[in-house]
Amino acid sequence: MSEPRPHARNRERPALAIRGLTVDFKRRGGDLRAVDQVSLDVWPKEIVGVIGESGSGKTMTALSAMRLLPYGAKVSGTIELGGRDILSLDEAGMRGLRGDRIVLIPQDALQALNPTMPVGRQVGEPYEFHRKLSWRRAAEKVIDLLRAVKIADPEIRAREYPHQFSGGMQQRAMIATGLALDPELIIADEPTTALDVTVQARILKLLREIRDQRGSAIMFITHELGIVAELCDWVYVMNGGRVVEDGPVARIFGAPRADYTRMLLAATPSIHKRKERPR
Amino acid sequence: MSAVARKSFNWRRWRLVVTGGAIVGVILFLAVFAPVISPYSPIDLDVTQMLRGPSAAHLLGTDELGRDVLSRVIHAARLSMMVAILASLIGLVFGTIIGTLAAYFGGAVDLVLMRLMEILFSFPAILLAIVLMASLGTSILNAMIAIGIIFIPGFARLARASAESVLRQQYVEQARAIGMSHFRIVTREILPNIVAPLLVEAAVAFSYAVLLESALSFLGLGAQPPDPSWGNMLNTGRGFMAQAPWLSLAPGAAIFLTVLGFNMLGDGLRDAFDPHLRDE
Repeated sequence: MSEPRPHARNRERPALAIRGLTVDFKRRGGDLRAVDQVSLDVWPKEIVGVIGESGSGKTMTALSAMRLLPYGAKVSGTIELGGRDILSLDEAGMRGLRGDRIVLIPQDALQALNPTMPVGRQVGEPYEFHRKLSWRRAAEKVIDLLRAVKIADPEIRAREYPHQFSGGMQQRAMIATGLALDPELIIADEPTTALDVTVQARILKLLREIRDQRGSAIMFITHELGIVAELCDWVYVMNGGRVVEDGPVARIFGAPRADYTRMLLAATPSIHKRKERPR
Repeated sequence: MSAVARKSFNWRRWRLVVTGGAIVGVILFLAVFAPVISPYSPIDLDVTQMLRGPSAAHLLGTDELGRDVLSRVIHAARLSMMVAILASLIGLVFGTIIGTLAAYFGGAVDLVLMRLMEILFSFPAILLAIVLMASLGTSILNAMIAIGIIFIPGFARLARASAESVLRQQYVEQARAIGMSHFRIVTREILPNIVAPLLVEAAVAFSYAVLLESALSFLGLGAQPPDPSWGNMLNTGRGFMAQAPWLSLAPGAAIFLTVLGFNMLGDGLRDAFDPHLRDE
């Protein structure tokens, strides 16, 4: 650990603690190492950014924490969710945590919603099978959830189907599903990539409010540095399956230590700098 | 394309569905209300009226035992519809269960289930039906079961292929991510998304069931006399082809119209739901 984090001193327990995580995929002609000795902490009430280019292992790290890696992945290291070792859990035990203590907010919300079911029904699903609430009781809570993620007219909207929602609202609905059972950890895997910039800003604001009001820990995976700078408290920079650097946001952007981080920062186009381009 | 043009009814797209649906509707109506509609009893004999040609009293003539052919054809529609509905249902339900499980669990489950289906598929349908009838015994209920079993592999393949493409969708992955059980994923995420192609297939299976039932009854393996069935009517009519052609023509035409109607409906639905053909 490069810098001390304030949480460690408060004798808190991290929401997510990954130590020495390595993920291999069997391939003909040798294994493919997708994640290499990654250690990472997400503390309660903290928004942690994980940045890196495509294929840097950030999504694989997140999927490891959900235990949703594609078939054939070999995992070593330890992953603790609120002190529970999740790699030793059986599938049924893990299923009990997913959608309850740890949730995933996906990249493309429309793709992640079942087109044949009203949105409200889908948002309420965690209540039905994690809390065994009746459909009617769940439906009441869904209205509150949709209101919490600022969907107007939640009573009407809950009965509509995903295609009747705009992109931003679909993502809000996905976030609502995630919030249903007050999870310890929310993993957001590029949740704003499919959205335009103004909608994106509102979703980020919503995530920040969620952290402030509910105290959830959020792991935010993205390759957009602007979002990280605006939203996150702590940043991990990944490249080639490894964490090359981590630190508080201001320091990573102000005084990057790893060469890769400097390259990443320099690669961001700016409207102020004018770069020579080959014609 | 303007919004108005898109909203207006596209006759070209729906003509098969409408025509097929109309034929099917009439046949279903006749089948349901057969006792009310048919002018005579389908089984009462009248030795004074044997082998009479079409007339005002008997629109489609009478058979070798003096029974009204029209009444028999209408009553036979009942039986055919019942067989077709139940056989398609058996094929649809079991085929969907098998195909979905094979797609969902993959691996050994997939291998075993689909190989079993292929074994069933490798027999000619009518031969398999005869074998099944021989082992189950001749009755109309067993005919339904036999025809249903013949349909299972077709539905299983279609269900498997459809379920595989749904399984790759992100909402199934998301269902896992919120901790849904296998049963819940299959019943709430997969099944609702594969019913459309399966229902189209059911309409096609329906016409095939009518044909198979007629074939079995023709061979004496389906409906037993005196119960009227288009198949056994054809078989009886065969002997009187020269003197009383209406005996064969009436049930033959009924089979033809029913199969045509259901095929038009099935093909029409398939085309109407096919997004590739939509903007023609």
